[in-house]
Amino acid sequence: MTELAAGTIARRRTGRGFIPSIHGWLLLLPAAVLLVSFTHWPTAATIIDSFFSTPKGARPAVFVGVENYEAMLDDPIFWRALWNNVVYCIGTIPASIALALLMAVFVNGRLAGRGFLRLAYFTPTVLPMIAVANIWLFFFSPSYGLVDQVTALFGAPARNWLGDPSTALWCIVVVTIWKEAGFFMIFYLAALQQISPRLAEAAALEGASRWYFFRRITFPLLMPTTLFVLVNAVINAFRLVDHIVVMTRGGPDNATALLLFYIYEIGFKFWDTSYAATLTVVLLAILAAVAIGQFLFLDRRVHYQ
Amino acid sequence: MKARGILAGAALALLAMAGGAGAVDLQFYYPVAVGGPITKIIDGYAEEFEKENPGIKIRPVYAGTYQDTIAKVLTAAKGGEAPHVAVILSTDMFTLIDEDAIVPWDDVATSAEDKKWMDSFYPAFMANSRTGGKTWGIPFQRSTIVMYWNKELYKEAGLDPEKPAQNWAELLEHAKKLTKRDASGNVTQWGVQIPSSGFPYWLFQGLTTPNNVVLMNEAGNETYFDKKEVIEALQYWVDLSRKEKVHPPGIVEWGTTPKDFFERKVAIMWTTTGNLTNVKTNAQFPFGVAMLPEKVRRGSPTGGGNFYLFKKASPEERAAALKFVNWMTTPERAADWGIKTGYVAVSPAAWETPRMKEYVAGFPEAAVARDQLPYSVAELSTHENQRVTKALNDGLQAALTGAKTPEQAMKDAQREAQRILRPYKR
Amino acid sequence: MNEGPYAATGAARALETVGAWLLGILWILPLAYAIWTAFHPSEYAVRFVPTAPLTLENFAHAWAAAPFARYFFNTIVLCAMILAAQLFLCTLAAYAFARFEFRGREIAFLLVLVQLMIMPDVLIVENYRTMHTLGILDTILAIGLPYMGSAFGIFLLRQTFKMVPKELDEAARVEGAGALEVLWKVYVPLAKPVYIAFGLVSVSYHWNNFLWPLIVTNSVETRPLTVGLQIFASVDQGIDWSIITAATLMTSAPLLVGFLLFQRQFVQSFMRAGIK
Repeated sequence: MTELAAGTIARRRTGRGFIPSIHGWLLLLPAAVLLVSFTHWPTAATIIDSFFSTPKGARPAVFVGVENYEAMLDDPIFWRALWNNVVYCIGTIPASIALALLMAVFVNGRLAGRGFLRLAYFTPTVLPMIAVANIWLFFFSPSYGLVDQVTALFGAPARNWLGDPSTALWCIVVVTIWKEAGFFMIFYLAALQQISPRLAEAAALEGASRWYFFRRITFPLLMPTTLFVLVNAVINAFRLVDHIVVMTRGGPDNATALLLFYIYEIGFKFWDTSYAATLTVVLLAILAAVAIGQFLFLDRRVHYQ
Repeated sequence: MKARGILAGAALALLAMAGGAGAVDLQFYYPVAVGGPITKIIDGYAEEFEKENPGIKIRPVYAGTYQDTIAKVLTAAKGGEAPHVAVILSTDMFTLIDEDAIVPWDDVATSAEDKKWMDSFYPAFMANSRTGGKTWGIPFQRSTIVMYWNKELYKEAGLDPEKPAQNWAELLEHAKKLTKRDASGNVTQWGVQIPSSGFPYWLFQGLTTPNNVVLMNEAGNETYFDKKEVIEALQYWVDLSRKEKVHPPGIVEWGTTPKDFFERKVAIMWTTTGNLTNVKTNAQFPFGVAMLPEKVRRGSPTGGGNFYLFKKASPEERAAALKFVNWMTTPERAADWGIKTGYVAVSPAAWETPRMKEYVAGFPEAAVARDQLPYSVAELSTHENQRVTKALNDGLQAALTGAKTPEQAMKDAQREAQRILRPYKR
Repeated sequence: MNEGPYAATGAARALETVGAWLLGILWILPLAYAIWTAFHPSEYAVRFVPTAPLTLENFAHAWAAAPFARYFFNTIVLCAMILAAQLFLCTLAAYAFARFEFRGREIAFLLVLVQLMIMPDVLIVENYRTMHTLGILDTILAIGLPYMGSAFGIFLLRQTFKMVPKELDEAARVEGAGALEVLWKVYVPLAKPVYIAFGLVSVSYHWNNFLWPLIVTNSVETRPLTVGLQIFASVDQGIDWSIITAATLMTSAPLLVGFLLFQRQFVQSFMRAGIK
């Protein structure tokens, strides 16, 4: 981080006036064209399309005002998907962050088999979600799936984990935590390694307990990382539905339909693109709220970058 | 490669001049995951057809599952790049009509011979292929639901292994005897299982049809999900699982159902005839195949895919497509196809071919699907098909998982379906 | 590494070790299980008998049942294409942001950062329409295009370029190098570790990406591994777990092996990418 600061201080004005300005824009242009075409324009187009009807056969799209939004507010599956997404966030984010921190602390210490542990924790990150979801699907199979084989050892009855609306979403939550904790661990590990060992020595001289040191020194120092991880976790919770496609297709009875999955279904199975756009607007609004929250919070609470 | 292509092209041109028709190139979408044994069969047919019909070239495109295929076809159609012919779910007929993507076969099949050909299929298969007096689909990759039972487990339970359940009461009775519990009351073997993931509406039709009720009208703009008989049928299914506890609780996965059967986790399963070969190879015990049990009558829905002709095709291409589809459904080919894949051969004539007769003599289970056809009905298909079936699927899953009573679930599904279909009722 | 005064000792340490290992075993279990199933005949997929015979048949079956060779090729082309484009475009853009003063720079940078929040993954409906308009549906290019202008890459490289000492830049200019030459001779070599980090992150992201490729592709010639695997696994007829897990392992193998061989680089790359 110190290097970085030095770099910023050494900032200098390279060019002035018209020509360098053109150069800057020219360098930027190719990337800008792609960014505008595939991020900014579609964002705007999504909003525009949400006010039109879906063209079908020979019928072109017509302006329908807020009709799509009214239909959305009336759509119980939309509310279900939104609620599922909230539950999914609450289920996955705190747990995966806590586990990530725990893993980082484990791996940062000198436990026996540290190399293996780091490998074990991180491996889910490099595997494709689509592939691991297939493995987990088998885990959750009633009767002979691994989960049921293990619980049977304790005399528990076989359960239809993915076929029961009261457990299906939690199964998805478990898979997500498993997939993401190791990824977030890396960031904590990096942050932990940047904390000067002198801090610990000084605190020990003062007689601070281990827990006190963690709570009052380590954890606050990790705050920027926690926020970074938190934002990433929230984005992922709205962005990643691969495992839904493989494991439940949103069922049973929409118990595992997340917002993006529902958009996919409406847009690419029912071909109701305008309604899909309307739903996407909600998703964009959520992401924008996260961005604004991060901006305000980060600026106030931690100095980072 | 290139030189050969040019040569072939020249040869084709010569042939075309000789025959007086232009060389026709047909793009043919087929709903199968690429690389499986089925692609090899289709490739083989295409090759054989090309040999017999120089001047027509078939280019099969293997587009994945039925859902993938319809999605790809619709997209391509919107971009003006539709295939000429495709095999797509018979239930997507209305969707394809609404998207203005296909033309009825009657437009090209005008001769008396052609008409005879269109009438040569089992009526049960034509139910999903005709609407408004026109024939939009030609049956090809068709299936139906049948019941498989494990003869060994029947014997163990003291039941006659040669006598499957004939009606609903017997099915329940058998399932009760076949359900095994351990000392602590946990089930180790289920009596019966009817899959309910993915497309539960289809299996549900195996219950509604015997209860003598149809789910939609022929125009595809009305559904009858809240009729008394429909609710009764659902109640029976729910009771098997939630009241009698002889059927696994919750949503039963379609894909793992055969595995459950092989693992002896379940003694009776309902699944497609398309699984026949799979069961034959993987079941380590004697098994039987039977028609679905009856209530008021026998019955099962048909399923699977039809040939559709796309609007984009030019008159020559349409004529070539007709020739190809006609060739694909000749009795000999239909028999060959049925034997190789387990799908139901689509015309009575196919079952009369010597090859088919010989096959059935050696493997009588193969004929069960055929014998059930006289009792079979159309698969649920309406305008906005995907949406309407989703409404029904959600309702079925809600009832099976206990979130709603069968009555409530079906009333909600009906309301939703009516809302979706309102624009089509005019 | 010094352990420091707060390392656990005695019973606490034992407890910590046990906890860490339990968690580790739990975390590796799905993979271990997949390996078990894939290397044993399907009768043993759900029975854990140590004497079960080993076999490679499941892999042979899976390999023969779908054009995985083609899927591998597509994925490699996809990842290489995206990475090459990203490196080129992001380098130029980052250089502009780091070392050029121009009107609208701050706003442009903020607009770039928008993509960190609103990723192409959620704009499937409109991006699909765009690909349709461009007439490139069902091409590998269409899968990659939305990801080529990567805000993450621009951000990462901008930070790195800003750390490059001015003196090096000036020295090169004194020798008469133009702006692009300076970029190529001074900045790019110094940012090598960051390029490696970004490359690893990018490749593992696009190797694993699924939903968007699923939507835009529809033929064997364009489908990446993830989509091919999903189509392979969602069958009309019964599922054979042994073959599916074999296919699953096969598709993840290159990343997994790469990760095992270059574990340290992987982990450090992800760290490096994350800190910025």
